[in-house]
Amino acid sequence: MKYNEKKYDKVVKKHTPKNNCFVNSIYAFIFGGTICTIGEIIKNLFMNAGISSEEAGTIVLIILIGTSALLTGLGVYDKIGKVGGAGTIVPITGFANSVVAPALEFKTEGFVLGTAAKLFTIAGPVLVFGYCSSMIVGLLSLIIGG
Amino acid sequence: MNYIMSFIIGGLICVVGQILIDKTKLNNAHILVSFVVSGVILSYLGIYEKVVEIGYSGATIPLVGFGNTLAKGAVEEAAKSGLIGALTGGIKKTSAGVGAAILFGYIVAMVFKPKMK
Amino acid sequence: MKKIGKQTFLISSDVVIKDTFSIVGPKEGEGPLGNYFDMIIDDSSWGEKSWEKSEQKLQKKAVENLIKNNKIEPQEIDLILSGDLLNQIVSSSYAARDLSIPFIGIYGACSTMALTMGLASLLIDGGFASNIICVTSSHFCTAERQYRAPLEMGGQRPLSSQWTVTGSGAVLLSNHGNGPKIKNVTFGKIIDLGVSDVNNMGAAMAPAAADTIKQNLIDTMNLVEYNEIVTGDLGSIGKKISDEILQKEKINIDQRHKDCGMLIYDIEKQDVHAGGSGCGCSAVVFSSYYYKLLKEKKLRNLLFAATGALHSPTICQQGETIPGISHAVGISS
Repeated sequence: MKYNEKKYDKVVKKHTPKNNCFVNSIYAFIFGGTICTIGEIIKNLFMNAGISSEEAGTIVLIILIGTSALLTGLGVYDKIGKVGGAGTIVPITGFANSVVAPALEFKTEGFVLGTAAKLFTIAGPVLVFGYCSSMIVGLLSLIIGG
Repeated sequence: MNYIMSFIIGGLICVVGQILIDKTKLNNAHILVSFVVSGVILSYLGIYEKVVEIGYSGATIPLVGFGNTLAKGAVEEAAKSGLIGALTGGIKKTSAGVGAAILFGYIVAMVFKPKMK
Repeated sequence: MKKIGKQTFLISSDVVIKDTFSIVGPKEGEGPLGNYFDMIIDDSSWGEKSWEKSEQKLQKKAVENLIKNNKIEPQEIDLILSGDLLNQIVSSSYAARDLSIPFIGIYGACSTMALTMGLASLLIDGGFASNIICVTSSHFCTAERQYRAPLEMGGQRPLSSQWTVTGSGAVLLSNHGNGPKIKNVTFGKIIDLGVSDVNNMGAAMAPAAADTIKQNLIDTMNLVEYNEIVTGDLGSIGKKISDEILQKEKINIDQRHKDCGMLIYDIEKQDVHAGGSGCGCSAVVFSSYYYKLLKEKKLRNLLFAATGALHSPTICQQGETIPGISHAVGISS
């Protein structure tokens, strides 16, 4: 074989098609923007009904998470995600999708070690890093002020 | 106006994620983790509060917003009740979202079956 | 000595491919080879509770139908050689559980079909067996959850990714009868040129395919001129790369090189990106389309070089690269 790893890497790069980042970004913008706008509309509806901004924000998150979970169960969310890319991963709905998808998939391995354990395949790391960094920030604010 | 700004800021945050996916080897889990952590950091530095002011839901619904809420909770509680507050604040403030995700996630997983693609 | 050249075993007595049987899933059935398959199931779960169980059923039914169609008794089968992609090759063992035929499970990832056929040829040529069944299977849903992401997870598959074939192909080899004959076998070396992208299997396997094909062509130079060389599941990217590697070695197979992964799907319309993959890919394409061509003597000499990537998700998470392998079987009508 006349190739070393470096030389072969060049051959592979030459033949491997690149994702069209520009087009994907436009879709991500539209899908992500739409999800956020829907959230804002729901939030305003609740605020008009006399609920405080903070509570309305929490309700919006719960509604979006519930909807995304349902769409995942119905097998629709991954189809939206194929077009929307990061536009459907980065919003909280993407987080909900990443909770439901593995739980659903590993149902055949039982309700405890299948569904419940796999619920956290992706959510687990997110919570570990999120919680830990928030605690560090909290401690920092005590020591040097927020 | 709120709607337009929500759309633009929310969309732009997602574009950052898309560029990361296309140009690096990061997968979904990496993206979600890095967005949450950057939310925590940007919040602590006082930058994210300004993004929320212009972006409304466009800034709170992406996972960076989740990080922002975590950090805000930790800092607020730390000011109120010191060390314990620093540890519990973030978790308290985000518990509704996480709880909803776990509850809905489990229910949906019990009811539905994965579909062949 | 039955070995010729560096790596090739010459099969001197008759090793006849007596019959084949192929079962595929709905997506494969809609593909360009749809009319060639013996059975197309219309639901990938095939009434089973889990995807794993439906893959076992694919393999079991392929063997049972092959035995039934040939009106032979299971006792007349000396051995069954089988393999699949799942951990501990469970699809194969569980499929063979009720068959009561001596069983050897073999792992060669997506190269398994050529590997089992090659080994069976040696056993028959050596006089140890008269009838051997070789069978492999893969299932999109079992492979996806073992190697990649859950089915319902949102996101985009990279353009270099391939689609695991749902299906099982079984081949009955015998020391007598009529049909295409296996003439030579080349077992390949593991070749790893540092590809670590699990979404670009074609690139990981292409050097191994090129190496085995080259070795077989050199070893059998004076014996046979292949009309077609078919690789297992290099896909569109891997095929281009392997052709380029061989070109550099002054071997031009571009015109007669086909790839099962590119034949089984309509790459443009079926949204499979670089093509099909999996143990089942080369198995069902060989046991349907190519077997028919050989049997009807529309194809005289075929080199069947299945390709495999011998990694696991765990080891790739540890930062390891993907070792490729390819085994080739020379067949004449």
